[in-house]
Amino acid sequence: MSFEQFFQYFLSGITSGSMYAIIAIGFNIIYNTTGIINFAQGEFLILGGMIGISLSSFLPLPLAIAAAVILTMGVGALIDFLFIRWLKRPSVLRLVIITIGISILIRESMLHIWDEKVRTLRHFTGTEISSIEILGAYISPQVLWVLGISAVIVVALSLFFRLTLVGRAMRACSDNRTAARLCGIRARRMVTFSFMLSAAIGALAGCAISPLTQTQYDMGSSLAIKGFTVAILGGLGNSTAAVIAGLVLGLLEAFSISVLPLAYIDAVSIAVLLVILFFRPSGLFGNREASALKEF
Amino acid sequence: MTKKLMVGILVILIILSFFVGCKKTEKAKEAVKVGAILAVTGGASWLGSPEAKTLEMLVEETNAAGGIDGHPVELIIKDSQASAEKAISFAKQLIEEEQVLVIVGPSTSGESMAIKDICQEGQTILLSCAAAETIVDPVASYVFKTPQKDSYAAIWIFKTMQDMGISKIGVVVGNTGFGNGGKAQLEKYAPEHGIEIAIAEVYDRAATDLTGVLTKLKAQGVEAVVNWSIVPAQSIIPKNMAQLGMEVPLFQSHGFGNIKYVEAAGEAAEGIIFPCGRLLVADALPADHPQKDLLVGYKNEYESRYGEDASTFGGHAYDAFILLKAAIEKSGSVEMGEVRDAIEGLQGVVGTAGIFNLSASDHNGLGLDSFEILTVEDGKFTLLEQ
Amino acid sequence: MRLGKYIPILTVLLLVVAIQLIISAGGANYYLTQLTMSAYYSLVIIGLCLLMGYAGQISLGHAGFFAIGGYTSAVLTTVNLMSHADSSTVGFLKRLGMVFERQDLYGNTLLAFSPWLAFIAALLITVVIALIIGIPVIRLRGHYLAMATLGFGLIIYRVVLGTGFLGEADGITGVPGFPLFGLEVSGALSRRVSNYYIAWALVLLGMLLAMNLIRSRVGRALRSIHGSEEAAGAMGIDTARYKLATFVLSAVFAAVGGIFLTHYNGSIGPSEVTGMKSVRYVAIVAVGGMDNLWGALLMSILLNFLSLRGVFGSYDDAVFAAILLVIMLFFPDGLLRAPGLRHLTILRQKAAALLRRSKPRGAEDA
Repeated sequence: MSFEQFFQYFLSGITSGSMYAIIAIGFNIIYNTTGIINFAQGEFLILGGMIGISLSSFLPLPLAIAAAVILTMGVGALIDFLFIRWLKRPSVLRLVIITIGISILIRESMLHIWDEKVRTLRHFTGTEISSIEILGAYISPQVLWVLGISAVIVVALSLFFRLTLVGRAMRACSDNRTAARLCGIRARRMVTFSFMLSAAIGALAGCAISPLTQTQYDMGSSLAIKGFTVAILGGLGNSTAAVIAGLVLGLLEAFSISVLPLAYIDAVSIAVLLVILFFRPSGLFGNREASALKEF
Repeated sequence: MTKKLMVGILVILIILSFFVGCKKTEKAKEAVKVGAILAVTGGASWLGSPEAKTLEMLVEETNAAGGIDGHPVELIIKDSQASAEKAISFAKQLIEEEQVLVIVGPSTSGESMAIKDICQEGQTILLSCAAAETIVDPVASYVFKTPQKDSYAAIWIFKTMQDMGISKIGVVVGNTGFGNGGKAQLEKYAPEHGIEIAIAEVYDRAATDLTGVLTKLKAQGVEAVVNWSIVPAQSIIPKNMAQLGMEVPLFQSHGFGNIKYVEAAGEAAEGIIFPCGRLLVADALPADHPQKDLLVGYKNEYESRYGEDASTFGGHAYDAFILLKAAIEKSGSVEMGEVRDAIEGLQGVVGTAGIFNLSASDHNGLGLDSFEILTVEDGKFTLLEQ
Repeated sequence: MRLGKYIPILTVLLLVVAIQLIISAGGANYYLTQLTMSAYYSLVIIGLCLLMGYAGQISLGHAGFFAIGGYTSAVLTTVNLMSHADSSTVGFLKRLGMVFERQDLYGNTLLAFSPWLAFIAALLITVVIALIIGIPVIRLRGHYLAMATLGFGLIIYRVVLGTGFLGEADGITGVPGFPLFGLEVSGALSRRVSNYYIAWALVLLGMLLAMNLIRSRVGRALRSIHGSEEAAGAMGIDTARYKLATFVLSAVFAAVGGIFLTHYNGSIGPSEVTGMKSVRYVAIVAVGGMDNLWGALLMSILLNFLSLRGVFGSYDDAVFAAILLVIMLFFPDGLLRAPGLRHLTILRQKAAALLRRSKPRGAEDA
């Protein structure tokens, strides 16, 4: 394999890797605050993309994206109000089934609101044929946008959780909910915020990847599965690990293409998921003791 | 608990007797029942949705004009969501319960093959909208299909390549029945046209990034790429090719026949070459072309009624209905056996995919000339200048 | 042998017969098709109910076992060995009766494995895979378990979608009927009634097996594990062994459903092993009440029947999602144990207690 090919695979790997990492971060935010694994995370990306596409036909692109993010945040809050608030100490089984049900409901709603056709958002800069050459490998400028936005999201989130009051309150909830409540933090509200935050970053990511991956109503579940794999690979709840794990999975897939038939590439990521779950469920960077499931 | 159970059972039995007792009354002597099993939603909705819309449009139009040969048409559409077991259940329902004259669809090859034997044994005409060659080979007397043969599309692609002096290609296909069938046909006809397939890969319908596989093709130094697919992910290939700086010609299949795929690929779609039915370039056809009026009519009506562009996929359902109509008018009867015989004997029927000439050994009826080579210019489909 | 516990089975048997008689009398035999298909799906549900309700293990990939059973059976009965007809191995197999010739609808002669051999092979493969997957899986809990089983189902899906001899996206068609004691499991129109009874006989057999299991030591062990694994372990129950056994058993149930439905339908495709299918199975068990076998069976028949008849139209998935959400939110113990009823009982007890307290000691109400 020549250096250019190697670098091409590398770039393709980190592009998909950063996509997966963002989805995993979305999972981690909700998981940290509530102990719920939100199977509907993938739908936030698609919903954001769809709304962004619809709005971009009469709003300038940055506004359309901002509006898409805000509206999707609204949907996140709605999910919390309609479904999650009712639950009192639900079993894991119940939670899993509920979030799966929510994801199906969102998907079917998107089908009936928009329709089954595939859509794309305009490239943020350039067009479908723009290409940038880096060291002999070629990428679309949109790839730089995806990488850039992912990096910004990661940095912004760590600042948010470290420096703002709300962020710290959410961290408190995730560490010990009862103690947090004793300090006067409204745990219920933190749950809502976590859903809204996950929805927001999902929507932003969805808009960023739409020019590359296209957006269709039923793409949410396959994205979600990649996202969980990465979240678990890094260790549930650990967002920095998720970034690394995402890049690892992305690169693994990209380089597998050079040796395996394409048809089995998806099996590679699922195999990774199973191997991690069977042999080291706390993930590459997780702590065995800390991986005991959080309470809702 | 036992008492509740007893009461519950009694209730169920009573409800059941009611349902069964109210059997459907003898159908009005004249109505022609047309059943349709289409993937309106679900994994093949880009096929089933236009097909369903086309059928509804045609049936309404036909009934407004007095029906087929005086018989009003009753359309029953079942959404199989591209699931073979649902298709089987609906097929049996339509055949035994609704006693339809004909079943249009299903939209995918897998579903069609699943119900082929059922329709044959149930002696109900099946007009499939799926492309697999195995649907009509071996020939089952009641089973027909309306899309063109994949082998002809492959031959057209290779002929154009010969004209362009291309000899080494890379093939990527979508992982559906259509894609796999196309790959088989391409591999079968390449040698006799002097084309070498250096590499052939299958990509997932939910693929998000195909630069990896294209890098593989680029490394092989292919002179052209064939992207045979019917799934929306096919639009990612031209974009990735442009981004990778691959300047070789891109050929696609007749699965590209929907302007939405061009829109999704944007500027990268310019110059794609593919064989297709003439629907997409209806306006550019000469006025005396036998298909012109039909195609222009269908296109305009579909677009004004549904506000979306017509696609060749919907055209397959259109052709199925046309064949049925022609057969009933020709035989003057709505009896299953006679209509079947009539369909088999249809010659020169103008449809959207081409002109149908069926026979006992050819239950498709379309020839090599049903295709035209098209390309994309300024975001629109046009004929390729030879 | 107390006959009392067989009353539910006998009632259902009577119901099954009654329904068939009513349907046939009304000339509506076409309903039997969907009832038969629902019965085979219910086999999966019974196994899943044992796993989820009694062993407390969620499985989001059970459609995978259905597919393993169905596909193995399909492949072995449709492989065409005619080109090897002269080889000695094939001759040997023929003499053993494992391979036999048949004609398909188009007059072609095929040489394939006998359905019984395929059946045994399918069950063996299912057990082996269930053991291989089960051993690591039972050690997991909660979300990890859910995702591992989801991953399993998805791998099976990817394998069947990407492998040539498994039919890829089109699946395998032309599967012959399964000869069973002089009858045949197949979709032939003339055999509708006999197929209906075969399917239901299998379901009732499955229910009997499940019920006996639940009432036996194994069942009690399972329930104790479900209640508290630590306590059960402290009592000397080999929790891992019991959970694994239940996992394998539920896989076998699913595989049997898969095998027979494949023969009934004459085909199998990747649509039987999508993630959505597994979710539907879980939804049905949840709606019926996790550990309520009869509830699960009832829901399975109801929902599958309606879905196969297209009653939900394009909203099929949405309906399942809605049912799932409503049940999980408001009736987490299943529809048949609605909290409404429980509240009534509690209210009644509270009322009785109040009355007892307000009355003077000497004159207590009953």
